[in-house]
Order: sequence, then C-alpha cells, then structure tokens
Amino acid sequence: MSSSELDRLLADAEHLYRDLTFQSVRDWKRRTGGLAIGYMPVYVPREILHAQGCLPVGVLGGGEDLEIIRGDAFYQSYICHIPRSTIELGLNGALDCLDGMLFPATCDVIRNLSGMWRMQFPDKFVHYLDVPQDFDPQVGGTFYEHELQSIAAALAARGAKPLRDDALAASIAVFDTHRDAVEALYTLRREQPWKVPTHELYLLLRAGMLLPVEEHVPLLRRYRELVLADAARRPMDQARVLLTGSFCEQPPLGMIKTLERAGCYIVDDDFVPVHRWIRGRVARGGAPMRDLVGAFLESGVPSAIRYAEHGGKGDDVVARVRECGAEGVVFCAPSFCDPALLDQPMVVRAIERAGIPWTAFKYSENTGQFQVIREQAGTFADSIKLWSTV
Amino acid sequence: MSNPATAQIHKDASQERQKRMIAEHFHRLAQAPDTGHKCAYTFVPGNLTELLRTFDVLPVLPEINALQSGMRGRSRDYIALAEKLGHSEDVCTYVKCDVGMLHSGNVGPTGERLPRPDLLLLSYTGCFTFMKWFEILAQEYECPVVMLHVPYQGDGRITDAMRRYVVDQLRRKVIPMLEKVSGKAYDEDLLRQHLARSAQAETDLVAVLEAAKHRPSPIDAYFGGVYYIGPIFTAFRGTQDAIEYYRELRAEVEERMRAGKGPVTPEGELEHEKYRVVVEGPPNWTSFRQFWQMFVDEGAVVVASTYTKVGGVYDNGFRHDPARPLETLAEYCMGCYTNLDLPTRVAMLSRYVQEYSADGFLINSVKSCNSFSAGQLMILREVEKRTGRPGGFIESDLVDPRYFSASNIKNRLESYFQMIEQKRSSGAGT
Amino acid sequence: MRIEYCIGVDLGSTTTKAVILGADHAVLGRGITNSRSNYVVASQVAMGEALINTRFTRIRNQLGHAGVGPARCDQLLGSFERRFREQQYLCQLATLESTLHGYADRTRQDPAVHRALDAIVARMRSESAGLFAEGAARKSDFFRDLAGSRFHELSEQQKEARFDVLAGLFDKSILDVENSTEAVGTFSEHARAALQAQGTHAPELARAVDAAFGDELVQVQVVGTGYGRQKLPFPEKSIRSEILCHGLGAHAMYPHTRTVLDIGGQDTKAIQVDEQGIVTSFQMNDRCAAGCGRYLGYIADEMNLGLHELGPLAGQATRQVRINSTCTVFAGAELRERLSLGERREDILAGLHRAIVLRAMSLLARSGGVHEQFTFTGGVARNSEAVKALRKLVQENYGERTLNISTESIYTGALGAALFAWRAAERADVPEEVKA
Repeated sequence: MSSSELDRLLADAEHLYRDLTFQSVRDWKRRTGGLAIGYMPVYVPREILHAQGCLPVGVLGGGEDLEIIRGDAFYQSYICHIPRSTIELGLNGALDCLDGMLFPATCDVIRNLSGMWRMQFPDKFVHYLDVPQDFDPQVGGTFYEHELQSIAAALAARGAKPLRDDALAASIAVFDTHRDAVEALYTLRREQPWKVPTHELYLLLRAGMLLPVEEHVPLLRRYRELVLADAARRPMDQARVLLTGSFCEQPPLGMIKTLERAGCYIVDDDFVPVHRWIRGRVARGGAPMRDLVGAFLESGVPSAIRYAEHGGKGDDVVARVRECGAEGVVFCAPSFCDPALLDQPMVVRAIERAGIPWTAFKYSENTGQFQVIREQAGTFADSIKLWSTV
Repeated sequence: MSNPATAQIHKDASQERQKRMIAEHFHRLAQAPDTGHKCAYTFVPGNLTELLRTFDVLPVLPEINALQSGMRGRSRDYIALAEKLGHSEDVCTYVKCDVGMLHSGNVGPTGERLPRPDLLLLSYTGCFTFMKWFEILAQEYECPVVMLHVPYQGDGRITDAMRRYVVDQLRRKVIPMLEKVSGKAYDEDLLRQHLARSAQAETDLVAVLEAAKHRPSPIDAYFGGVYYIGPIFTAFRGTQDAIEYYRELRAEVEERMRAGKGPVTPEGELEHEKYRVVVEGPPNWTSFRQFWQMFVDEGAVVVASTYTKVGGVYDNGFRHDPARPLETLAEYCMGCYTNLDLPTRVAMLSRYVQEYSADGFLINSVKSCNSFSAGQLMILREVEKRTGRPGGFIESDLVDPRYFSASNIKNRLESYFQMIEQKRSSGAGT
Repeated sequence: MRIEYCIGVDLGSTTTKAVILGADHAVLGRGITNSRSNYVVASQVAMGEALINTRFTRIRNQLGHAGVGPARCDQLLGSFERRFREQQYLCQLATLESTLHGYADRTRQDPAVHRALDAIVARMRSESAGLFAEGAARKSDFFRDLAGSRFHELSEQQKEARFDVLAGLFDKSILDVENSTEAVGTFSEHARAALQAQGTHAPELARAVDAAFGDELVQVQVVGTGYGRQKLPFPEKSIRSEILCHGLGAHAMYPHTRTVLDIGGQDTKAIQVDEQGIVTSFQMNDRCAAGCGRYLGYIADEMNLGLHELGPLAGQATRQVRINSTCTVFAGAELRERLSLGERREDILAGLHRAIVLRAMSLLARSGGVHEQFTFTGGVARNSEAVKALRKLVQENYGERTLNISTESIYTGALGAALFAWRAAERADVPEEVKA
C-alpha cells in the first residue's frame, strides 16, 4: 500500500536525520572504500568531491537531540549553537568516519572553527573554502577555480581519485538531475502545499546530507509520486508564508511542525541551502571546472552571506514572495547568527516597501520550547488570513 | 641623566602632535563639502590609505567614530536607537552605534558634522560583519560602493592565487572606481612615495611596541598602545606627519627606557611594574579608563597585545614595499590580525608571552566581535599549554555599556593577579 | 586565658560566613547570617556569631577538662545553646517591637495598629520557648525568617488592622533590626540569662561558662572575601580573591584536592589547585548566570517547593527529560511547557539538575579538567541530585575520581580567608630583612 510506503520512506529519512553516529556514512565507506568529506553550511560544490569518488557529508551541527557536554567549553554564551554541537560531534567520535572537513566561507564563527578543527584534529584534512565575493569571472572566478583545484589536489594526495574533466562533467550532470528533483518538490509544494508538508520536505533534504546523490535522487522522486497519489492530503485554510534566515544552523524539526500547526504553509524557505545554491542546471560551454565556477558566480542565489554587489538588498526576497505566492514573510534566524540578523533590517525595509507583512523570531538548533513561537506564528497566520479576506 | 621635566615635555610633544593631526583631519572632513574634497568611508583593518591619498580622497572610518562615541558616552543611546530601528540585540555594537549616530545627525568625535561619503570602500572582509555593515550603509547613502574581498589565511599563509586575486580587484575594481570618484588618474609613482613613507613610520612603530620587552616596560602596549597605533591605523599612514609622529614617539619611549621608567597611565607614571601580561582581544571603550585603572591598581603592565595588530601586523617584518605597490597593499590587507587563522594566532600569542617575558596572558572577549572571539577559549587552552603561563578570561563588549560589568571584571582581574602573586611567593618559598 | 585568633569573612550573595582559626589553624568557631543590604552589618553579625560559636567551643573544652562525659556535655550544651538562642531571639524581638511602633507612629497609624502589633509581638514572645524547645524544627536560624513567617501568620489572623499595613511595617522594621549590630545583643548578657533560665542544677556548666568568660580572645588579623568583596569593610590589603580563598579552603579541608567546583547562588567557579592549595587556573561562569544556584531557586518557586525539596524529588525520577536551556529567565516557561506536554515533575527536575551540572562541566573543562581529588562546595553541593549528576558526568568524562563534599562546605571560602589571615600575620612577624 502506497501510504505505508510513504510512511516507511519518511521514517527512513527521519532515522537518518536523528542518527548522530553517521552510521550510513560508515556503511558507505565500508562498501566503497572511498573517502568521506564533511562540509559545514552553507555551500560547497559537491560535484568536485563526487567526481573524485568521495562522499560529501553535510554536517549541520547536532540538532535537537545531541546533549552538549564538551562543546560548551569552547564557546562563550553569545555565540550561536552550531559550532558547539559540531565540536561535540567531533570530540565524541561521531565524526571519526570523516576523512576531512570543509569549512566554507559563511561567517567568522564557521571560519574560526576551521582553525580550531585543525588544532583539535591534526591528522584530518581540513580546509577553509574561501568563496569569492567578487563575481567577475576573470577576478573572483580565477581565484575560486584555483581554490577548487587546490582542494582537489589535496584530496588526491589523501587517496581520492585525481580530478578529471570527464568525471567532473559527469558529476555535474548527476547533480543537475538532483537540482531538478529538489526543485520539482519545491514547485509541487508551492502549487499544492498540502501535498508536501515542510516537515516532510525538510527530512528529505536532510537525507541528502548523508546519502550518495545517486540514492537521494530516486528518494526525492519516489516521495513526489507517492504524495501526488495520496488523495488523503487535502487543502486546508492556511496562510502561505516564505521563511528566511535558517540557512546555517537549522531549526529543530519540532519548530517547523509548530509553524505548520499554527496555520502556516511554508511555500518557500532557505533550509539546507546547499541543495539549491545554484539555481537551475549548470550552464555548459567550456571546461567543466569553468562551468561549475561560472554557475557559482552567475547562478548563485542571493543570500545574507553573499555580497549584494549591485545593492537592492531584499529585492530578491520580495521577488521570491511574488514567485511563490506567499502572503507574508517569517524571519526565522538562529540566535547570534551574524549574517542572518545583520541582513534582516535591510530585508525588512525592502518587504515593507513592497507592503508585505512579516514577523520574526529566533531559535537555536536545540530549542526545546515552542510555546511563544506557536502563539506568534498563529497570530501572524490569522492576521494574514483576516487581511486577505478584507 | 634624564630630566623629568624634559621627559614630560617630550611626552607632550608626540601627544600634542597626534591631537593636532586628528583635529586637522576632522576639520578637513567637515570642510569637505565646501572644499570639494572627496571622502571615502572605509575600515581600519585593510585600509588603503596610501591609495586613497594618491587620489587625494579623505578617509572616514566608521569604526573609529563608533569607538569614539563609546568613549564619549554616546553609544548607549545610539545603540538603543539602532535597536529601535530593527537591528538585533545579538549583533555587533559598532554597527549599531554607527547606524544610531547616522540617524542622530552624523556628528563626529570632534563635534563637527561628518561629510556624506562620495564612496563606500569596503576594503576588508577579515571581519565578515564589515561586509554587512557596508551593505547597510549602502542602503543609507546614494553613492558608489566598491568592495575588496580579502581572502582569509585559512592555511596560515598567503598564496600566489590569493595575492593575485586581491591585486586584480585593486587594479580592475578599486582603482578605476577611485579614478571615477576623484576625477584623477592613477599615479603609481605617487603611490610608491606614500608607501615608502609608510614603511619608515612602521619601523618606528615596531621599535615603540618592542620597547616593552625591556624591564620595566616603558609603555603599556594595550591601553597606551591604542593611542600609539592611532595615526598609522587611521588616516595618516604614508604621510610626513606620521613619520614625524613615530620618530618623536620612538625617541620619547627610548628615553623612558634608558631612564628605567614605567608607562604613563591616566594616574601618572606607573612606578612599580608588578605584573607583565599579554592581552588578546579589543578593549572595552565605554569604560576604557576604568578598565585601564583596574590594571594600574594591580601594578599590571600590558607588554604586548594583539589588538594593536588589527590594523596591520608589522612586528613579523612586514613593511609596505614601494617596489611592489599593489602586491604590498594586498599582503598588508591579508596580513591583518583578524585575517590570520587560529593556529597562527596561538603561535603569535605564545611568542609574545615568551619574548616579552610575560607572567601570563589575558583574553578580553568582546560580545560584538566573533572574528576575534569565536575560538578564544581554545586559544586560551593552547597558549597555556605551550607557554606554561596562566591565562585569564574576561568578557565585555566594544561599545555597549550594558556588557561591561565593572565588579565582575574587577573580581576576575584581582583573582587572576592574586593567583600569579601567590604562585610567585610559593615558588620563592620552595 | 589569652587566645589569639584570625578570622576570615566570606560575603556571599545570599549568606555571609565567618570562620575563626586559632594559632594552630584549628577551627574555633563558625558564624553565618543572611547577607543583607548592609554588608558592614552582615560581616559584623557573621563575625559576632563566629565569636559566640568560639565561646561555645571553649565551654565544651572546659567541660571536657572538668571531666564531663561527651553525652552529658552534649546534653548540657544543647540545652544551654537553645536557651542562648532564645535569649538572642527575644532581644531582637524587643528591638523589632520598638521599631514597629516607631514606624507606626511615623506613618500615623490608628491606635488599632498599635494594639495589633502589641498582640502579635506578645504572642511571639510567649511562643519563644516552644520555638527553641528540644527537638523543635526551625526552617531557618536567621531572625528575619523566624520572626517573619510567624509575624505574617499572626497578622493574617488578627482583626484589628489590615494585613498589608502590618506587613509593610514589618518589611521596613526588619531592615532596621538586621542592620543594627546592637539588636543581637552580646554574648555575656545572653549567656547569663540562659544560665539563669537553665536553673542551678548544672554547676559544672556554670563553671565552664565562667571560665570561658575569662578567656581573652585577641584578634590578630582579619581577611575578607566573597561576592560583595568590593564593599567589604576591611582595608584593601586584607581582602583576598574568593577564588584563592576557595582553593585554599578546599585544600585545608581535603589536602589532596586538585580540582574544586563551587556552585553558589550567583556564580559558579571551577578552580585547579596545586599540592599546597595554590590556585593554578580558574574559570567562572560568564556574564550569563544560567546554571547557578539561583536557577534552582526560581524552579523551586515555580513549583512551590522548598529549595531543599528539589533534589530528593528529582531523585524519584524514572527517566530524565532533556532540558536544553538553563536560562534563568526562561526557567518558568520551560517548566510549564514540559508539564503541559505531560512530563512528570520528577523527570523534569532530574533533567534540570543535569543541565546545571553540564554547565559546570564546561567550566571545569575550560579550567583544565577534573583531577584527583575533586572537591565540590557551595550551596548546590548540598543538593543530592546535583551531586549524583556530577558524579556520573565526571566518571564518564574523566574516569574515577574521589568526590569530597563537606557538610561545612559553605564555610570553604571563609576558611581559606582565615588561613590567609594567619599567613599574613605570620609573615608580618618575620623581620623585614628576612622577608626581602
């Protein structure tokens, strides 16, 4: 029966989400003998790792289930939560299965964590991936290409396959199908949000942090088929909202459920953004590496962590609101998240100018109480619905 | 024999000169709308002062304005205003202080109104917040913006690709923009002249800071140090004024050293150097004097600090090199303290503790600045491990007075110094 | 007999403690009082109590010398001390009475208010013997608590004046009583009154008390420490950091101590000491006071429980609810949410205790870990559940460690301060040239 298949599929995804031992990665390594390379939020070009036969493993902190015993000894109270839980996972052995870690340029906290990691785990491959904030192919592009080549060379020196053009081209193609599959779900949720509850979509996105892309794509597709066929999923009178600010440290699953139960259909978001960092397929034309670099420069999504070269801060959010038919914006950022919180007043200004209602709250990945958020989101959803009927 | 009266005059000479330099600079800024001088808002770390001067563009430094607002007791209201305007209580208070000041008439530290920017020059990204700060300013001002992305020394070194990236940005983005804003053509020879002057002043600055290796130290390299770095970190690098200021300062400090004198503090000369410490992290500005006094009360002298390296690290041998004008600017930007990876910072602090014969080191962890603060607890442990000297940890903020708890900080400092004292006396007894 | 002593005072956020050490560094007396708005008085009262306690120690010694057996000694001293405390109570009650009437006059209250006050105080006076009877349970030994709870009960019962008026008068008056050093009276007057009340059937006690009166107690040096240290009524050179005092105090109690954890009302300290009790490293909780003793206070209030009831209740947990936030501000909300989700009180409490101990674990890690032996001090060390959680986490993260918890752990800082006082005194005896 299809509904039980759907339940099983979701249960498997949730199991992956809650497995803080990274068992699936261990199994993959045993099966393939390949290198597993972890990466922090927000974005790394997984195509490179894939082309070298490595498993890219998304490390998004410890979430709501991890008890922090040692991690707090590394951070002051005014620093966000994700680095403490990541350190905790490092120290409790959960990340032993990773042969290396990539710390992409996200903020100063993640950046400094790269150096801490190198001191704490001197035998592992550790690299701070500096992505350009200059988007000129000749300038930022050249730098970025060099950065990626140096990662590829370092991985090869540790036993990964040397990076070859044909392999990279194939990997880009695989990830293009992955981008298609992710986008298909986002499109379906936008059109029929009752078919794709966000707490389910979220679990699927999280599964993509651990599963090889070849397994993740069919999972996404199968889920889509199953929910489309599920007649029990009926529309409800909910407010359509765009959620923004949750691109690095992730909210607990319970919070996403709380928002939905409070009367919101989340019709766009920036959860686990590595999957959607490049919009659309990678434009092909030259050497695959150049194409990948070009995609980052040309098709990278506007974000708090990406310099707004041409000004217009927040215009992208307004455009996305229009595109997804949202009736309001929920700013949902982790406490002490510099990029999200510094960005917020600029985006607020843009959406207020556009007459879009909004609300804001903060969380941490292990927030255990949702009472306030439930009330706030409920009031917001009610006010939107009231407003739209006037 | 040194004559105390002449030493006093010497001290006054460099201080007076600095005061005059700053007053003149702010006056020129205030006059800029009339004189037609172009102004660029930019940052202390990774500042491109020589390049700006090549185009006769005057720098305005929002960080300095923020810290001055903190010292003048204005920051509380400015921050409150910014928070009212929707800025989060969690984020950098320099930004909020600047936003608040901007919305309160933009009056600078000397009481004169600051000019609107003709250019926003975002020349440093070793602090991520800077990028957001200038995006915020770009929303406030209708003026061109140019950004210089400075890659981080993630592997503890500057690679050719990094250098080329910065030079390319300078050549293709920053210089053309400065030409456009100033209406002047780029004159590389002029830039070389500025850079040669920078190097001269830098050598004297290093001599001043390294004088603290002497016992007793003739300077306080943190609280006093922030005054010494003032000119070279701000608008004056590459000027004749800066050369003269540092020459004079160096002579004064060397004279104090010869005379066996301690540093000058707000309470006068510190006569008995009881503790020598290294400090990591920026100071608190809202209670700067009080904070300094807590050290003075204990007879503690800061002999080296990392904060005095935020606007450039020179004691590792780096000098601006007129022979390679853009490359040297690139290396300067990438070499600023907060652009160094943590292992390098640990090595630097450990070296300071040893070379400056410090009894220990203190970390002032500021809430605002994750670039500094994230990882400091690990730095603490690593430096303790490498040097065998005790580390102390205190917390405050840059310009948010709500985050300066005097009793809490005093409590920790007293405990820390008493611990050193107790160790010493027990060491002597056994 | 001339007895030289040094005294250490630890001015904490909730209580002020004093310890008196004789020349051989043995503890002669301890005193404790609630820290009030006036630190000077709090210190004086604590020192006064420690001196009284010292006299009791002397009396006990005298009885021993006189050949009185330990059981008889306990009996005699026990009854004497109860009567002594009763006298002290009555003395403070008298001051309270006159202060109450004074405020009633000043605020132009009805005669009915004066009548009500008279009735209440008379009733309290008549109950004093019962309050200090053998085996009587008192919730606190501080006058504020003893008098306050009874005054409020009686105010509610009487019909002459409004409760809020009486309560308001009490709140004003108790501050004055607490802030007066005279209100507690002196050892000699209470001791004599207590002896009289005891009757004459214990001549050996009377002799011992007389002998103790004859002792000349000579204060050599005083050292102060504690949370309110900034305002301690001592010269600056007589003030030591609470960190150092705690380290030395713990060392004195357990000479093999290398790591000390102190969880007090307002702060948590993790301290490493060497074999001489000298502090080698320390960490305190940051600006955020989450996870300190005060947090448990809020939880107790929220659950309408006494602070001392929390641990035993948590001990009955069958599972542990994971609590992620030890933010004091959100403590109540978190608790209510958990309860509304159907969690058992005991299980939530067990989780809360673990959360507090986890905060302490991170401070311990920052300070350098947990080394053998490990001494736990401060108010939270009296909480059985916190101790259980700490023992478990230390074992899991650092291996087997001897965990020392003294019943006198609240005096650790004051003990260290008193030892510092002796050190300073002994050093001052050394001629100048030798010191150099």
